[in-house]
Amino acid sequence: MGEVIVITSGKGGVGKTTTTANIGTGLAVLGKKVVLVDTDIGLRNLDVVMGLENRIVYDLVDVVEGTCRLKQALIKDKRYEGLYLLPAAQTRDKNAVTPKQMIWLCNELREEFDYILIDCPAGIEQGFKNAIAGADRAIVVTTPEVSAVRDADRIIGLLEAQEIRNPRLIINRVRPDMVKRGDMMSIEDIVDILAIKLIGVVPDDENIIISTNRGEPAVTDNKSLAGQAYRNITRRVMGEDVPLMDLNVPAGLLSKMKKLFGFKSA
Amino acid sequence: MLELFKLLTKKKESSKDVAKERLKLVLIHDRSNVSPQFLEMVKSEIIKVIQNYMEIDEESLDIQLTRTSSDDGERIVPALVANIPIKSMKNAGR
Repeated sequence: MGEVIVITSGKGGVGKTTTTANIGTGLAVLGKKVVLVDTDIGLRNLDVVMGLENRIVYDLVDVVEGTCRLKQALIKDKRYEGLYLLPAAQTRDKNAVTPKQMIWLCNELREEFDYILIDCPAGIEQGFKNAIAGADRAIVVTTPEVSAVRDADRIIGLLEAQEIRNPRLIINRVRPDMVKRGDMMSIEDIVDILAIKLIGVVPDDENIIISTNRGEPAVTDNKSLAGQAYRNITRRVMGEDVPLMDLNVPAGLLSKMKKLFGFKSA
Repeated sequence: MLELFKLLTKKKESSKDVAKERLKLVLIHDRSNVSPQFLEMVKSEIIKVIQNYMEIDEESLDIQLTRTSSDDGERIVPALVANIPIKSMKNAGR
């Protein structure tokens, strides 16, 4: 029986889709059977982040309405064994699906896959309610900004109300240089305020934009610091105890030398 | 030398501290999913009970609904936080 994990944030643009794509790909690389479900109906993007936009025939709404069978709508990612995408419909809206239908869908997918990752839309309306309906666990993504942390707090409250206990936190786009000079809230500050457990910290990294340009998740890029962070998060999702990586190492000569001598920042 | 530097730069609060303070305040309001009237009712009832035992400073009494981690750290639980300054204890309480 697979596990359904919803990736949510409240605020838009904090990295839900990128996180879904990277954790999903990371899990597949580690040999798990994974399906990514885009529930952002009308504003789908997981397909382009994954580089699978040209292969869509059917979508989530087609499946719940019975236009096609579930298997027909699943797009197999040929680059990674065991990785599939169920895209959202682009020409419909959030009301095209009900929470009941989502629970049914999640249960169907549970039979086939080890992990079902749900990419949740921004907001707290119908789309959010659909996305969390069938979830066992939740990962809340935030950035070190007042607006994103505030919305994350609201989402945590709503998840609790839906009996989705123990959500885990990802702090995305951290800039260690700004934290150091006191111009960005630190990991401790945010964890302290939100009072939930951390599952990972992702540094701000140009490689994310580059990898999104290409439609290849950064988790497979060994040179990307964010990619390393996502590889760590992937292992934590699987229940491994992986220490937080040190973001304070400047990506200069020192770290290159350290790498050369085999000191790899975890 | 470092201390001196710190003293010189201390005046201006770092922007992250400003962010933290503003965030904490806004979250107190967001989290207390109850109307101000409800809190007022709770407040006056609490005052009534406590006044039987001690003299309190009603003016600076502060009651807020917030959230905190549970004892095992596994869950987030709502918490009623009250700050009730005591002026003096009444002997009847002994």
